Amino acid sequence: MGSRVEILNHGGYRSDGRRQYELRNFDIDFSGSNSTADGYCTVTHGLTTVIAFVFGPREASQRNLTMHDRAIINVEVNVAPFSSNDRRRRGRGDRRLLELAASIKSTFEPVVQIHLYPRSEIDIFIQVMEQDGGFLQAAINATTLALINAGIPMIDYVAAVTCGVSSTKPLLDLTTLEENDVPHVTVAVMPKTGKVTLVTMETRLHVDRFDEILNLAISASKTLHLHMRAAVRGYTTDLVRAMGSTGSTGKEAAMEDENMDVAI
Amino acid sequence: MRPPSPSIPEREFTFSALKQSLRLDGRQLLEMRKPTFRFGSELGWVECALGKTRVLAQVDATMTKPIPERPFEGIISIHSEFSPMASTQYEAVGRPSEEEIVITRMLDKIIRRCDSIDKESLCILAAQRVWHLRITVHFLADAGNLLDCACLAAMVALKHFRRPEVEVVGEEVIVHSPLLRAPVPLGIHHTPFCLSFALFPDPEVPSVLDPSQLESSLCDGVVSLALNAQKELCVVQKAGGVPLAPQDFLHLVAIGVERVKQLDTIVEEALANDFTDHLGWFKDHEATQGGKFRTIEDLMRAKGEKVQRGKIGEGGVIEYNGDE
Repeated sequence: MGSRVEILNHGGYRSDGRRQYELRNFDIDFSGSNSTADGYCTVTHGLTTVIAFVFGPREASQRNLTMHDRAIINVEVNVAPFSSNDRRRRGRGDRRLLELAASIKSTFEPVVQIHLYPRSEIDIFIQVMEQDGGFLQAAINATTLALINAGIPMIDYVAAVTCGVSSTKPLLDLTTLEENDVPHVTVAVMPKTGKVTLVTMETRLHVDRFDEILNLAISASKTLHLHMRAAVRGYTTDLVRAMGSTGSTGKEAAMEDENMDVAI
Repeated sequence: MRPPSPSIPEREFTFSALKQSLRLDGRQLLEMRKPTFRFGSELGWVECALGKTRVLAQVDATMTKPIPERPFEGIISIHSEFSPMASTQYEAVGRPSEEEIVITRMLDKIIRRCDSIDKESLCILAAQRVWHLRITVHFLADAGNLLDCACLAAMVALKHFRRPEVEVVGEEVIVHSPLLRAPVPLGIHHTPFCLSFALFPDPEVPSVLDPSQLESSLCDGVVSLALNAQKELCVVQKAGGVPLAPQDFLHLVAIGVERVKQLDTIVEEALANDFTDHLGWFKDHEATQGGKFRTIEDLMRAKGEKVQRGKIGEGGVIEYNGDE
């Protein structure tokens, strides 16, 4: 798998000028949705942009699939043809996308409190706008935030990150160039308990290296979680401020929010 | 058709047994069913059984033109078809279920994407002629853990397969008959084997290796690891389900490393036995001295080879009993 590209140069810099453990620019945007979705979020990791739309909980459209004691979650992933260099149209039947959708679905099933919504369904639509590595991590982070934006109760956040190893040096948050070249693992973590819900790796890696990158990915996910939480709280504070006509209610709510922060 | 979910007493019973480290089929929690192989007379035809789960894998090679982007590489394709024959939950028509997608994708990742087979050695004439390996996987019966069984069957079939020898003279390709020149084995870099662990929603119920059908219908999340005997992780797949603490996850990986070593020796042994059968050593009256020699050791000794007896220990290490 050797290549001519230098993944990590002698000065310790990567191809895009980052250091080994540096994450890419992580942007979260809740505004800008003009669709009828109940929850919406755009997540950007460097040059990867993913939008998640959440509909529901609402009455299940397929009667035969409803569960009498909980909600069902449907996930659909769509990749825009202009999202990557090789302009390729992926149909709805693409196995890779179906598998991704299935793993996102089973990642969120134990996290979302589906037992609160019997006989209903929650639909998650993921639209990939730009791809530059870390597509699954962006999709999971976007879904978490869109679910929160929709006001659906969850037991925890799910924060995901990719981690790779270049010869013996671990790297965080890989770009496409790096993903094609080094073994990498995507890990999704529930930050409160520190447990992992999703681990996927598709390239060969010695067992002794695995434990190091798993732990690194977990701590990186916890950092991402702090950003996600700050974004959610910031957005909510703004909303409360906008809703309260007098400034005082907004401030009180903000105070309450701060207290909650401490409690968690 | 959605398979009927296990009844409440069945579930309670299984869980309480598992809490006492007992399994319905008498296995240890982290013990897999011993695989058995049945080889066909054709090379590359293997039926693998893990308990009552049975998968048939067959490999054949044809010559084709390579894809223009990769003129120096052979083509490997995997065909897996689910039919209601294995279990009623697989339907012959309509959109493939989530489980079917997971199994086919995992097979694809383990066999094709891990570079276990040297594709460049399948090239005959650059940009003109390459071997196209077709791996056909038939799911015969599903009694749990179809994925591991399918992966094992496919890998063993690839190791069992021999392609005809070819000779290139100028632009001409000569394919030698297997009767005239011994067919050659595929170039295999490493052999990954898949191991699946089932996780249960109740934190007190321990996770199990190689889940039976009942266990897999009760479980909530599977960790599938593809490992090779060189202690390399090839594919790791834990897609959601019960969250695991990192140290528990690493523990499963460590268990996997051990089990794969054992599995590797079992596979090598089965293949070696089949090849002595293929060579017809035991059919040869002269070699067996009219049926006097009954083991490979006797035969080898008669050929003047030094023979040592040993046994395969826990960790897959062969312990010799000393010289004989």
